[in-house]
Amino acid sequence: MLGLAPAIALKHLLARPRQSIVSLSGIVLGVAFFLAVSSLMQGSESDFIRRLVDNSPHITVSDEFRNPRLQPVAQLFGEGAIEIHGVKPLTETRGVRHYPQILEALRTMPHLRASPVLAGQAIVTFAGKDVAVSLNGMIPSEVSDITTIRDYMVAGSLDELVANPDGIVVGDGLVRKLSLSLGQNVTLTSPTGEVRTFKILGLFHTGRATYDDTQAFADLKRVQALLKRPNRANTIIVKLDDPHGAQQVAAEIERRFGYKSVSWQEASEDLMSTLATRNIIMYTVVSAVLIVAAFGIYNVISTVVLEKQRDIAILKSIGFRARDIRRVFLIQGLLLGIAGSVAGLPLGAALMWGLMQVRLKFPGSSDPVPLPIDWNWRQFAIAAAFAIAAAVFAGLLPARKGARVQPVDILRGAQ
Amino acid sequence: MSESVTAADIKADIIVEAEHLTRTLAGEVTATLVSDASIAIRRGEFVTITGASGSGKSSLLYLLGLLDRPTSGAVRLLGRDTAMLDDDERAALRLAELGYVFQFHFLLPEFTVAENVMLPMQRLGHLPEEEIEARAMDLLASFSLADQAGKLPRQLSGGQSQRVAIARALANDPLLILADEPTGNLDSVSSANVQTILKDLAHAYGRAVAVVTHDRDFAAAADRTIVMQDGRIIRDE
Repeated sequence: MLGLAPAIALKHLLARPRQSIVSLSGIVLGVAFFLAVSSLMQGSESDFIRRLVDNSPHITVSDEFRNPRLQPVAQLFGEGAIEIHGVKPLTETRGVRHYPQILEALRTMPHLRASPVLAGQAIVTFAGKDVAVSLNGMIPSEVSDITTIRDYMVAGSLDELVANPDGIVVGDGLVRKLSLSLGQNVTLTSPTGEVRTFKILGLFHTGRATYDDTQAFADLKRVQALLKRPNRANTIIVKLDDPHGAQQVAAEIERRFGYKSVSWQEASEDLMSTLATRNIIMYTVVSAVLIVAAFGIYNVISTVVLEKQRDIAILKSIGFRARDIRRVFLIQGLLLGIAGSVAGLPLGAALMWGLMQVRLKFPGSSDPVPLPIDWNWRQFAIAAAFAIAAAVFAGLLPARKGARVQPVDILRGAQ
Repeated sequence: MSESVTAADIKADIIVEAEHLTRTLAGEVTATLVSDASIAIRRGEFVTITGASGSGKSSLLYLLGLLDRPTSGAVRLLGRDTAMLDDDERAALRLAELGYVFQFHFLLPEFTVAENVMLPMQRLGHLPEEEIEARAMDLLASFSLADQAGKLPRQLSGGQSQRVAIARALANDPLLILADEPTGNLDSVSSANVQTILKDLAHAYGRAVAVVTHDRDFAAAADRTIVMQDGRIIRDE
């Protein structure tokens, strides 16, 4: 059987169906909008992070150092009073020194895949047109392990790079720009003036126009030759089984090898903080909807408290304690919150489904994409919990007022 | 019967006792509701409190029934001084030992007749739900209201409502019944009926019954009548 306080609370609400339904509607709409907006925002954030994690290296080890190298004397007498003047940095070929050894060491680490990259600029020349591209020299057999470019292939194959080291894989945007097609030869010129011919073996289409127009993948050895940097790689890219552990692994790599190792979180710090700010704004706005709805509940419970002064007096004269009375009105808030959530969550789910049907073409994207919606149960739980908390909170003040009713004051007034 | 009754109280049979009760209301002008009132009501006694409007009858009843706290003086219920009790302890005493009947019967309008009678027992929580329901039906039957159990209070006549209120007051088998103008709103037949019930509760069932009334006939039927004037007890006979 329903407890005494919930039974009284329920009867009070059912006795005022119109007011209860109006205040309930506020919570229902609040929950639905809260759920739809928060799942959209969370969905877009998850989608963004997933793209970020999938499409970028989890860790990038570059041929740079976070801090200037210490001079040997400073290394030797770290605590001593040393003054160094006129230090001239060594002129050395750019790139990660001894990268094969570093790779070997990295590959002994568990749940980690690493591959060297020599990235540089080159000019693609075809039919009198010149277009600058970012050329990525990679070990062809490792490209699929370390990048997601295979998922975006629309013509040809990455595997052909293994069989034909003079091949190149480019974006379909570049091919369109130069009126090229699969299987044709193109000439690439490096900044040092070196010229080589590559055969187009594959085309990819990621949907991001800048990427599809400017990126190209070729065999590492050929790119080293083109850029005149034999046996050099300027980046080692690392993929992890658990991308969220990238910061710790990056710190460990940097500690061991000295080269600057940047995790995807560090590389996207500004974006992540923007997302956090966006989330704060979003939750503030959608919470406001529920807070407004909570005022409706406050209004209803306050009215009930005012109208039920005589009942409160009689309950107290029977032997109900102040906290029993308070519980009755808090439960009214709770019941409205629960009922609002029960009705609001399916409505919110319907809104989410409706939003999923919307396809938009975002700036920088060449294809219309559906709005990303997060269907995780946590979204539903957060919306319901917030609505219930707001409803109970709305009942708090009237409940306290009800609990403070002095039966004698009411009984005297009734005479 | 309550377990908190002491041997001394049983001997004396005093259920409630007030000593030099004074109740004032502070304001721009201090109003004295009850002044230096002393009274004792025994088991099986049917006492009426009469007096003109504003003489302090109801205020004295509220003090005796632990609904109000005296400005000075003491109220002892079943030999226990209630001055030091907190609000929860006073509520617990009201629940177990006191039964209230008011002029406007004050039934909860959303609850059925049976549910109204069950409320004090459910709050006390000493009986399982089935026994609570059975006892409520017994009480209603004893007041010839068994066939009204499923009705809402608004579907009852004034006399029926007042009998339901009395049944509710008796739900937890209290030793002290306090009634504030229980017949003030009833026709003469219903009034006589309620008077008989309250008198029987004292004489046949050994409850202490105190009734505030304007009704001279009602007062005349009592074992003892206390007359109040300007907050003071001017006669107790």
